[in-house]
Amino acid sequence: MKKIVLSLASVLFLVSGTAMAAESLKIGFNLPLTGDIPKVGESSRHAAEMLKEDINAKGGLVVGGKKYPLNFIYEDNESKAESAVNVALKLIERDEVLAIVGPNSSKQAVPAGGTCDDNKTPMISPWSTNPDTTLNRPWVFRAAFLDPFQGPVAVNFAAKTFNAKKSAVIFDISNDYAKGLAEIFRDEWQKKMGAGTVVAFESHGTKDQDFSAQLTKIIAAKPDFIFIPNNYNQVALIVKQAHDLGWKGPFMGSDAWGSAELMQLCGNDCVGHYFSTHYAAAGAKGATKEFIDRYSAKYGYTPDDVAALTWDATNLVLKAIQDVGKVDKNVKKQRKAIRDAMAAIPEFPGITGNMKFNEEGDPIKCAVVVRISEKGEFVFTEQVCP
Amino acid sequence: MEILVQNIFNALQWGSFYALIALGYTLVYGVLLLINFAHGDIFMVGAYIAFFLTTFFLGEYGVIAPGSLAGVTILMLAVPLTMILTSMVGVTLERVAYRPLRDKGAHRLYVVITALMCGLILENGNLALLGASRKKFPELLEKTVWTFGNVSVTNLKVMVIFAALLVFLFLQFVVTRTKTGMAMRAISYDKFAIPLMGIPINNIIVFTFILGSGFAGLAGLLFAMSYPILEPYMGALIGWKAFIAAVVGGIGDIRGAFLGGFLLAFVEIGVVAVFPSTLRDLMAFSVLLIILWWKPTGLFGIAKTTKI
Repeated sequence: MKKIVLSLASVLFLVSGTAMAAESLKIGFNLPLTGDIPKVGESSRHAAEMLKEDINAKGGLVVGGKKYPLNFIYEDNESKAESAVNVALKLIERDEVLAIVGPNSSKQAVPAGGTCDDNKTPMISPWSTNPDTTLNRPWVFRAAFLDPFQGPVAVNFAAKTFNAKKSAVIFDISNDYAKGLAEIFRDEWQKKMGAGTVVAFESHGTKDQDFSAQLTKIIAAKPDFIFIPNNYNQVALIVKQAHDLGWKGPFMGSDAWGSAELMQLCGNDCVGHYFSTHYAAAGAKGATKEFIDRYSAKYGYTPDDVAALTWDATNLVLKAIQDVGKVDKNVKKQRKAIRDAMAAIPEFPGITGNMKFNEEGDPIKCAVVVRISEKGEFVFTEQVCP
Repeated sequence: MEILVQNIFNALQWGSFYALIALGYTLVYGVLLLINFAHGDIFMVGAYIAFFLTTFFLGEYGVIAPGSLAGVTILMLAVPLTMILTSMVGVTLERVAYRPLRDKGAHRLYVVITALMCGLILENGNLALLGASRKKFPELLEKTVWTFGNVSVTNLKVMVIFAALLVFLFLQFVVTRTKTGMAMRAISYDKFAIPLMGIPINNIIVFTFILGSGFAGLAGLLFAMSYPILEPYMGALIGWKAFIAAVVGGIGDIRGAFLGGFLLAFVEIGVVAVFPSTLRDLMAFSVLLIILWWKPTGLFGIAKTTKI
């Protein structure tokens, strides 16, 4: 008996020994697992785990005829800018990852992008839409469209759907994403409708819970709709308080609304409103539908846009590694090769749409506008392509 | 004009929360001369206790008659239960963290630092226990929006304002008109002579914590109903601001905490109503600074001379 146990143990040891010997490809994930938007981090991790399991079940990623198992390292940036920089450094220095996926929110992606660019490590942000994330940073890429594109989409859609002439904006001033998009929206709206047509432009802080004074000002200015380019957790509070103050008009949102947690927090108050986003889960086809079905079966909820974008972003990194065609022992050389391969990808058929990359590393892709249905689903309403 | 009236209601509601939390700071300070920095987090714990009571105990996933209790009934039961449970948290902190230090004769400064640490422990304990994802507080009351012209008030808003007023009147009565209240005030004057008069000093302190934390629990419940998204750090900022409100009102005085809370809310909302909202905290706290500059002990504070 003892012998059997011993031999079993040694077999196990040998097996694990060989598994260790096969070199794994390390990819870092810089995600908001706690803090203001934990659901975003969770969705990203779920999508990445699903992809990793797919590939590792087949023995690993095939690079130059050899199979390498994937090793994904998830680190929490607490949804804070300074922590995102620390996480990037930790992944680069300690874990010696080949590339980093994330951070998601522009608030963290803009500073972390600088860190990755300085340290010559390829980084791809799945969800960041602020132009500064990749601007003049050859090592930084993204899978999402940009706010200068998203802003006009929201402007045109709202002008047409709500038949609106006057708009109002409320946004989080300490969030790069919200502030950037709010300003783009304001400029674009005034270009279209004339000066003074943004009748209220109000801001608040990240930790604020009461928005009644700002909303009173907005409602008194009588806009045709309110634009809220904020994270979903704030959206839930703002929309509800606006209703308490007697607002009955429509809201227009941006892609930061599109979390699986929005409806849980906002409930009926959000039903019937619109936001621009990266993809619409309800009514998807082909590879996108397959992803949605598998994700829903595995984790029990419909994947939000950040899950789909993480899937695309991670696939882009893997494709770049495959394009390099070999795995160099020297991490620095390998990172350089991956960056060059990523920059050379001309077009990528992602589940969030087809992407073409420009010289800044930004994809040129379509945006969709969705309506929040009575069942809490995000229903496709319109697609806008550049 | 309508905007003014609307903003007065906004400020009254927001100020009610500041006032309710500031009352807890001031009660404990009035007795122990201790700034209980964990108080904002006790408020947060109160909101979470209310969440669990209304969702998993009384509400739709409840142990008792799931889904069959009416919202109003749940609320009537949740108010006393939340207050009792939250005051137990406050008393536990007192017993575990503050009393041992006091018994050893530690300087007040160390107790204040302990209070800060307790607050962080509550925040991060909650984060570790329940995770970072936000909790949605159920809607207990059928929301009614009363609209007069362009002024809208919800039934909840009116309830919150009345609750704050009642709590203030109750505490003012307890502290100034009852024997226990007299003992509470006496302890702050002379901690050594009071036991000689036959006053059980520790019981009075526990009573103070029960009062302060209980009303923090009530504030947590009302806050969760008004702003129905709960997170572990929700008490930090509002707690700090309520503390400042208590200081401006004159810490240690019930009237001061009550007025200070409303004053801060009126200044904050007033600034946003007139100036760009970005300037809110800058201008609000500048105003408070000027008040303190003019009257360093706060509006109702009395300067004390320390004998050496």
